[in-house]
Amino acid sequence: MAAQPRPTLEITALEKRFGETQVLNSIDLKVRNGEMVFVIGPSGSGKSTMLRCCNRLEEPTSGAIHVNGKPMLGITRKELDRMRLRVGMVFQGFFLYPHLSVLKNVTLAQRKALGRPKAEAEARALEMLDKVGLKHKANAMPGELSGGQQQRVAIARALALDPQVMLFDEPTSALDPELVGSVLKVMRDLREGGMTMIVVSHEMQFAREAADRVVFMDGGVIVEEGPPEEIFGNPKSDRLKAFLSRVSGHAA
Amino acid sequence: MDFFDAFLNPEIIATYLPALVRAVWVTVWISVLVVISGLALGALLAGLRAYQKRWLTLPIVLFADLMRALPPLVLMLILFFGLPSVGIILSDWFVLYLILTLVLAAFVEEIFWATMTSLSRGQWEAGQATGLSFLQVLVHVIFPQALRMDIPQLVNRSLTISKMTAYGSVIGVKEIVSVAGSAQAFSGSATPLTMAALAYLIIFFPAMLLSRYIENRFHYEH
Amino acid sequence: MENFIDAFFNIDIMRQATPLLLRGAWVTLQLCAVVIVLGLSGGLALSLLASSKNALLRLPAFFFIDIFRAIPPLILLILIYAGLPFVGVRVSPFIAVCIAFLLNNSAYFAEIFRSGIKSVGRGQTEAARATGLSPAQTQAYVVLPQAIRNVLPDILSNVVEIVKLTSIASVVSLSELLYSANMARAVTYNSSPLVMAAGLYLLVLWPLVRVISRFQRGLSITS
Repeated sequence: MAAQPRPTLEITALEKRFGETQVLNSIDLKVRNGEMVFVIGPSGSGKSTMLRCCNRLEEPTSGAIHVNGKPMLGITRKELDRMRLRVGMVFQGFFLYPHLSVLKNVTLAQRKALGRPKAEAEARALEMLDKVGLKHKANAMPGELSGGQQQRVAIARALALDPQVMLFDEPTSALDPELVGSVLKVMRDLREGGMTMIVVSHEMQFAREAADRVVFMDGGVIVEEGPPEEIFGNPKSDRLKAFLSRVSGHAA
Repeated sequence: MDFFDAFLNPEIIATYLPALVRAVWVTVWISVLVVISGLALGALLAGLRAYQKRWLTLPIVLFADLMRALPPLVLMLILFFGLPSVGIILSDWFVLYLILTLVLAAFVEEIFWATMTSLSRGQWEAGQATGLSFLQVLVHVIFPQALRMDIPQLVNRSLTISKMTAYGSVIGVKEIVSVAGSAQAFSGSATPLTMAALAYLIIFFPAMLLSRYIENRFHYEH
Repeated sequence: MENFIDAFFNIDIMRQATPLLLRGAWVTLQLCAVVIVLGLSGGLALSLLASSKNALLRLPAFFFIDIFRAIPPLILLILIYAGLPFVGVRVSPFIAVCIAFLLNNSAYFAEIFRSGIKSVGRGQTEAARATGLSPAQTQAYVVLPQAIRNVLPDILSNVVEIVKLTSIASVVSLSELLYSANMARAVTYNSSPLVMAAGLYLLVLWPLVRVISRFQRGLSITS
């Protein structure tokens, strides 16, 4: 047997409790370099919580998370800030800084957290904005952009820090249907460029086409995982079958 | 004629104008000092409160409550007359400066804090997810937004507290009211008091118009 | 430490000063009741003028509001109390305080009510007029109730400011709480009565200040 390369992101025995409620229960997940993993499941299944544990916006109760072999847990505040640079995050609500221009949104963390000089940070920001098709909006304020454009800026903001893995937390759920496509296109480009990604989303069609692997979560556990054709074409568990029929019912 | 003789006597105006101008100067510089240090201290306290540590929050909230609930005049009298009996002697202007600074800081802390908690959690998270430290998120993301939203309130509160420099007259600070008061006693005319009122109008009326302008501007921007 | 307690928390002196301070507190309460009612009514009237479409009503109202927000209430009070006798009008300290507070508080309350009126959308006025209400009825039954509800926290915090402000009446020898406490201090050469007065102010105002903080946070989260 060939030695497995070390996974880019490794989640081991992750648990999360809010008081009495068990939100995540012994989650194990390995994401290889360049892999795009889709996480699906009903709301309240713990998928967003799992994602937010990966950069510790949510504090896990126990377990371990490693990014390229380096631990995310049990480290000092300072080390955590540095580790977070390796993990890019895109939120459902975009959360651009409304008081800063698009360019400044993308350069802030480069300069303050990475310590890049101004010129370098701006060059990098423009490069990333170009990648998401918004170079011409560099001097606009976030309020002047559509939701889809704001989300693409948020992606550029995360990318500019050269993360080793990108987390997408329902990146298109707050968007009008006609704006979803532009964001998915950027994500597809990223995948082709070899970015490692975990995506929590309800865009089943996109998952079918673009994902390397789909993980189905329900009730705080991973119920089933596999390549998209398996998960969508040949679901094994009753819970996944029920979920898929509910979702397709919605789509129809 | 009677009225003008009592309230706007030209001779008395000429006699006391120099003293009053000096007093205006005292009022202005104490006000400026109070506003600068009050804003800075208030912002600092709100920032410390953001760390959500019990041993920091409790004294800050207690301080803000006391300074907002107690009349500044009472605080000034306690400090001015009470401290010498435990061996601490503070000059009159310093007592005025200190109390007004603390009172302004208390209000500023509450104004900032209310806005900081109203900003979406996502702003904190977006900052932290990009590897900014807590302090960096506070300084570069949270404070600039809070400041922008709070400018009308901060201007209004600063003006209100600046006008309280008039309380200095009670403990003998040579500001406008106290100089006008003794001039009135010496001259036996109400003219110095009118002059004092006019002096305040000259200082604060433009400030009021400015605050109205700022309020409208910021109102429509949002 | 003992020295400190003796200077600020001397129980004996506080006990002696209690009757005097309670009388002062009673005067302060009466004063508050009168000036708050005066200020609210004056402010409401002024705010209606300031919200009027007629510039002849609106501009003087704004002028009044800005002038009396610019002049510190203390100098206003002294001017009224010490100045009016020069033109042959003698007023008691209580009346002088009432006049000064009426002018000052009306201006402040007017600003509060005005922003409340502004916060009620035009649609409300139009809907009310469309159902046949007169302009006055529209204001009274539709606009003002909403306006006042929207600015309730500001009204409350201005009430707290006014209660604190009544302490300046001590300057014209009105025997309210601070004046009485300061008298007791002068007689006993001890600051404990002032601390006691502070305690009495806190007793009333601390709960109000807490409520205001809650209010502000609650509002800002929903908006």
